[in-house]
Amino acid sequence: MTDTPYSLAELVIVACAEVWRDDGEVMATGIGPLPRIGAGLAKLTFAPAIQTTDGEAWYTSAPVGPGKRTAEPEFEGIANYDRVFSALWSGKRHALVGPVQIDRYGQANISVIGDHKKPKAAMLGARGFPGNSISHPNSFFFPSHNKRAFVEGEVDFVCMAGYNPARYRNGQPPKGLDLRRIITNLCVMDFGGPDHQVRVISLHPGVTFEEVQENTGFPLAKITDEIPTTPAPTAEQLEIIARIDPNNVRASVFKDNPAGDRKAA
Amino acid sequence: MLDKRMTVDDIVDQLSDGMTIGVGGWATRRKPMALIRAIARSNLKDLTLMAGYGGPDIGMLAATGKIRKLVFAFASLDHYPLEPHFRNARQAGAFEVLELDEGLYHWGLRAGAMKLPFLPSRVGIGTDIVTQDGFDFKYVTSPYGDGEELLAMPALVPDVALIHAHRSDERGNILTLSVDALFDELLVRAAKKSYVTVEKIVPTAELDMKANSRFNLVERAMITGVAEAPLGAHPTSAAPDYQLDLKHIKAYVDSAASPEAWADYKAKYIDVPEADYQAAIGGADVVKQLPVPIY
Repeated sequence: MTDTPYSLAELVIVACAEVWRDDGEVMATGIGPLPRIGAGLAKLTFAPAIQTTDGEAWYTSAPVGPGKRTAEPEFEGIANYDRVFSALWSGKRHALVGPVQIDRYGQANISVIGDHKKPKAAMLGARGFPGNSISHPNSFFFPSHNKRAFVEGEVDFVCMAGYNPARYRNGQPPKGLDLRRIITNLCVMDFGGPDHQVRVISLHPGVTFEEVQENTGFPLAKITDEIPTTPAPTAEQLEIIARIDPNNVRASVFKDNPAGDRKAA
Repeated sequence: MLDKRMTVDDIVDQLSDGMTIGVGGWATRRKPMALIRAIARSNLKDLTLMAGYGGPDIGMLAATGKIRKLVFAFASLDHYPLEPHFRNARQAGAFEVLELDEGLYHWGLRAGAMKLPFLPSRVGIGTDIVTQDGFDFKYVTSPYGDGEELLAMPALVPDVALIHAHRSDERGNILTLSVDALFDELLVRAAKKSYVTVEKIVPTAELDMKANSRFNLVERAMITGVAEAPLGAHPTSAAPDYQLDLKHIKAYVDSAASPEAWADYKAKYIDVPEADYQAAIGGADVVKQLPVPIY
């Protein structure tokens, strides 16, 4: 533990970085500022082999943070559109993405809210979610942990496949389906409960399991009766985060940029 | 001498009601917008639009009521993640959709390019891609020892492909000079006919094909016609010639706020000759100075 004050965004970045800890040499895709900075933190600390991009078409030697850049980064490889699919279908990628809805099976949605033919809200479309989900490991970030995101039934349009036997003609998902972690403003979860049940593995400081459960549309498991607290960023991690994100984009993710330890606040 | 030069309007004259039209590019990169604007102001209707990686091409044709069915994986303006005209049309139930994964879309183009009825894939399995009403997906079982059941992604075969490139000679030897060629090659190979707009038509020698070979995506036999359309991708990018125009894209986004706002945009930027459009956006000097965007 550290006495250095840290924000909720920085706590989340550290939790995001952890998803790549044991991945080896893979393409690490973090969508959105906190997952992207998290991938950078992982690369500069315990996961130096992962490859990250400039957000457009190149792999870079050092992580590129969000927002304005002072210099052009050093490019170490090409990640054009065609190559991204070649890489992801090989399985050598772990993406940390931000869907709009997720359900108890890990099925995730970014396409529509409501009926697919005439949606209440049309969003992006399925993008590459279907292929990602059955090809390589995936983790998730949700900035607002609530029942609109963590839905009671199935998501409105299943873009990412999950652990739902009814969705598979032989009852079994493809071998590549590997859902890892869910990081939110309240906690960190995985799919390690019985039959891949979503399970709380750490609570952010000052958050209770009951609070998480009340904001989730399906029953959650616990890793242990006494759920650990999400580790606070170390002083070294905070320094590296500031280096990756000199524009301080991380301060704009959560309203009023709250402190990471809500007990102390 | 083989001469495939046409005008943008000549190309639109080759299109007809009910056609399946494939559009190249990606969101805000190398969309053939001069052609899209010309289609938007034409009398064409009931189009099936294949735009897997959609941007203002989808939005503009949605807002002008040209689409009967849309085959796509997403519609986005990237820096403005949601395509507002696409949203308005979808939420009004204005057209049918076949929603695909990005990779599955390119797999369908690849099948079309290879003249195969389908290609097997795992992509889509376990999702609502395979349960939607837009298409009755079938499966194949691997004939080898593994016996895995796979999705049979049908070939996507547009009647016409429309893409934007940087250079061409009059025979249709084209160069796509951007870092990322996207999937324009497969789209052209899958389509029955392909029309290309380019920034500049030059003598063959000026293509400097020996130095630029990697930018030549397809044989000229695949190219039906080529039209010179400078700034023809605007407001999307045709880097390295010019970057996307975020200010114009913002104006386009704002035009979805009301029917009046859209009527204003349409009158100023669509229902005008391309020369007036170019003047309205500040001309080539301004567009070529647009800053490189941050991702």
